[in-house]
Amino acid sequence: MIPDFSMLMPELFLFLWAILVFLIDLFFLKEKKDVLAYVSLLGLAITLVLICIVPEGRTFGTSFISDGFAFFFKIVFIASTMIAVASSGQLISRLRYNRGEYYGLILLTTVGMMFLASAGEMISLYVALELTTIGLFILAAYRKNSVESAEAGLKYLILGAISSAILLFGMSMTYGVTGSTDFARIHDVIQMKLNQGIIKAAWDVHVLGLMMIIAGLSFKLAVVPFHMWAPDVYQGAPTPITSFLSVASKAAGLAALVRILIGAFGIDAFMDDWGIMIAVLASLAMIVGNISAVLQSNIKRMLAYSSIAQAGYILVGLVAMSRYYSFNNTSPWDLGVSSMSFYILGYMFANMGAFAVAIAFSNHYGSDKIRDYAGLAKKSPVLAATMSIFLLSLAGIPPLVGFLAKYYIFASAISAGGYLWLVLIGLLTSVIALFYYASIIRQMYFVEPATDEKVSVPPLLYATIGIAAFCTILIGCYPQPFVTLAEKATSVFGG
Amino acid sequence: MDIPLLTLMIFTPLVGMIVVMMLKQSQVQLIRYTSAFFASLPLLLSFLMLAQYDWTTSQLQFVENHLWIPSLNVYYHLGADGISVPMLFLTALLSFISIVASFNIKDRVKEYFAFFLLLEVGMMGVFAALDFFLFYVFWEIMLVPMYFLIGIWGGPRKIYAAIKFFLYTLFGSIFMLVGILLLYFNTDPHTLSIMELIKLGPTFGKDLQLLVWIFFFIAFAIKVPVFPFHTWLPDAHVEAPTAVSVILAGVLLKMGTYGILRISYPMLPFGTNYFSLMLAILGTIGIIYGALVSMAQKDLKKLVAYSSVSHMGYTLLGMSVFFIASDGTPFITGLSGCMFQMFSHGLITGALFLLVGVLYDRAHTREIAAFGGLWAKVPVYGSLMVFFSMASLGLPGLSGFVSEFLVFVGGFAKYPVVTGIAVLGVVLTAGYMLRMVQRVFLGPFNTKWEGLKDISAREIFCVAPLLLLTLAIGIYPKPLTNLIAATLENIVTLVGR
Repeated sequence: MIPDFSMLMPELFLFLWAILVFLIDLFFLKEKKDVLAYVSLLGLAITLVLICIVPEGRTFGTSFISDGFAFFFKIVFIASTMIAVASSGQLISRLRYNRGEYYGLILLTTVGMMFLASAGEMISLYVALELTTIGLFILAAYRKNSVESAEAGLKYLILGAISSAILLFGMSMTYGVTGSTDFARIHDVIQMKLNQGIIKAAWDVHVLGLMMIIAGLSFKLAVVPFHMWAPDVYQGAPTPITSFLSVASKAAGLAALVRILIGAFGIDAFMDDWGIMIAVLASLAMIVGNISAVLQSNIKRMLAYSSIAQAGYILVGLVAMSRYYSFNNTSPWDLGVSSMSFYILGYMFANMGAFAVAIAFSNHYGSDKIRDYAGLAKKSPVLAATMSIFLLSLAGIPPLVGFLAKYYIFASAISAGGYLWLVLIGLLTSVIALFYYASIIRQMYFVEPATDEKVSVPPLLYATIGIAAFCTILIGCYPQPFVTLAEKATSVFGG
Repeated sequence: MDIPLLTLMIFTPLVGMIVVMMLKQSQVQLIRYTSAFFASLPLLLSFLMLAQYDWTTSQLQFVENHLWIPSLNVYYHLGADGISVPMLFLTALLSFISIVASFNIKDRVKEYFAFFLLLEVGMMGVFAALDFFLFYVFWEIMLVPMYFLIGIWGGPRKIYAAIKFFLYTLFGSIFMLVGILLLYFNTDPHTLSIMELIKLGPTFGKDLQLLVWIFFFIAFAIKVPVFPFHTWLPDAHVEAPTAVSVILAGVLLKMGTYGILRISYPMLPFGTNYFSLMLAILGTIGIIYGALVSMAQKDLKKLVAYSSVSHMGYTLLGMSVFFIASDGTPFITGLSGCMFQMFSHGLITGALFLLVGVLYDRAHTREIAAFGGLWAKVPVYGSLMVFFSMASLGLPGLSGFVSEFLVFVGGFAKYPVVTGIAVLGVVLTAGYMLRMVQRVFLGPFNTKWEGLKDISAREIFCVAPLLLLTLAIGIYPKPLTNLIAATLENIVTLVGR
């Protein structure tokens, strides 16, 4: 029987398009490499259309799932890839080598993420994850003549490999006790063992496997205490890649986590176990991420720590999800996953927007120091205003999308019950977050500029920043369509 | 269909902000007049609102209710009653006056007026919102322009004051957010409508009520500011540019007391009764402490700033008194005093900040000791300043007297001892106000100020409406007490449940 390829259309298309980008680069383009950015954007746009029209269902046995959840995350991946590609122009034009491969690699990485969001069993999940991270290792080290970038690539590679090993170890344990790699099948086997009362003997192995899986994926999410690589890698990698890492890579890790935790371990007996594990990770990420961010003087490093904290907020939604199942809550809303999805959407625009401004700034001034942002409001009112919008959204100030996202996440945690402490930690640390976000605004608006030099920004980057700012405001004021989209992503998991 | 009066009042300044942003930075005069024009519209609309408002009922009026975010049960729900109408009017009036008073701003004019108009949107929204989510959104929107206004155009320690204000208020707000969510998930079907939640008030469990009451109180107490939470106020008020101080003292502080009256009181009756003595005591501490600290100030603006701590103490003491009298009528004297003080303090302190700004613009110092005998040199200015100092210390015939009188009469009915201590505040207020008047305007003339110019026509134009209103409601308070009476009776009845 031939498997149904129609559900794989977007992935296959983007894969072929990535190859096409390599080939165009190799055979046709000698000089004008910026064309490749537009070619990549076109490919991504077509993929977006394909994602919207593929049928739902499962194919290749159960290893590939096409559902609302995958749909939502794929849209996030494509959108963030588009932003990353659109903000890479000046980086690439300044490189003297390998300019074409850059775009091809980003596209391949995106293909990996798309497969990840659709993975229905552990092996395909693992392969998809590797496809994603190997591309990212190369991209992180792309400015190979820079020591920082090379260091970033190496660190990322070593810690990425270790985390993959841990993940794989956890998967093999789970396979050992359940005899399957398929999430739904694992779920059924554990449930059956529970019903028959024969799980006792291997209970520890189940939990250990679960812990290993969570630890392995937490590296990808960069939550405390698995975050050590993030600040150095974020600082050293080319900024568009940092931006991409901070959103798409996190979203991919999260998609994998949700697939496994809900799909395979979505059983009452396990819910409280992983619920509390995630709650501890989330609170550590929020506390350590926000406090460390205060101390940073480099904007990329600060945004790195801030994104660790943001991952903590996202995980609060997952914690809420665990309570939803364990208590058979009859609430008409299943807030957990939908709030998480919505948060990622809002976080994507705000965070990548902030990075896009940082890219425009460092392209012109060659600096990533927060100190050098002094008086940006006078030098470039548009950049300063949009940066403020992004930062205020990240801080959760209404009516920007970040506020609604935080509200949604914390509402889901409170509705789940029992996690009021987590909500209070989240909100109190968000006051700390406001402090360092506001300190950049202070630098841009309250401090006088050292020079009067105006900033020039290439049109494509300008458009990217403009669109991101527009979406940050629009989704904040008129969120319903996007909430509906996020709810669709949830409907897959019971409810 | 009626015109959506409240929506227009809230969002005309937003239109103004967009228009101002599209003007050129160099068209300074045009920016000023455009801003004043857009700030005058809500004021005109508020006159229309006052004319149409039916004060005989506690029913909400000018109600607008539309679904905003269906999935989260969020409504765009606006309405006004006896406690919001005076505040909306005060906000519109002070915003317009402040914008006219800001015509002397020379640096980054466009941004200044854009932020100011955005600030007005947030303030109007808070006083009109009847959906918790919407209320919170407006409550927070205000912080951003305020941060910029203090941070860019403020005094020497502006950056510190701006971030302190921002963090302090946000810290309070997050507790309100948790409180909102806790109430939301304890209702079935879930609702964020303030009116629905008020109906359900008595059904909330006692523990929940106490917890949420404390959460709300932290948010509101920081805004008021109630005694231990007041430390942001002197910094923000002193460092802010004149017009922003006017708004801070005249409007923002009232949001705290408004929030308690609008939300905590009717929604959490058990908590309110439980904590009412605490309110009276905190209010009294504020009155005495604020007055004592004012007395020690050498800086004119700091003196006015601390006097706000003292005067806002009266509102707390007034609101702590509520009960159903033996004949079944709700006792509202204390609450009337609170509302009256909120309105009157907005007028008087707003004017005092304006006048201190006028002097600072000319003398470039606010040091009380640097002046002396100014009344002879600047008679009009001196008279105005003395007038508002008298109003502030509660001279009979001016609005401050009426509110303090109501607060004390109410207070004695329930907490005679606490109120007895609070009365000392009147003496202390008289002490620091008269000393200030004496040292600045009387005594030997300091020849350093030979060239001091008297108050200009534009500045008189700003202060005059405040003067007239202070005098009018001081002599004939009935229109205002009538306006608020029905709503306050309703609140006391709801708290008595």
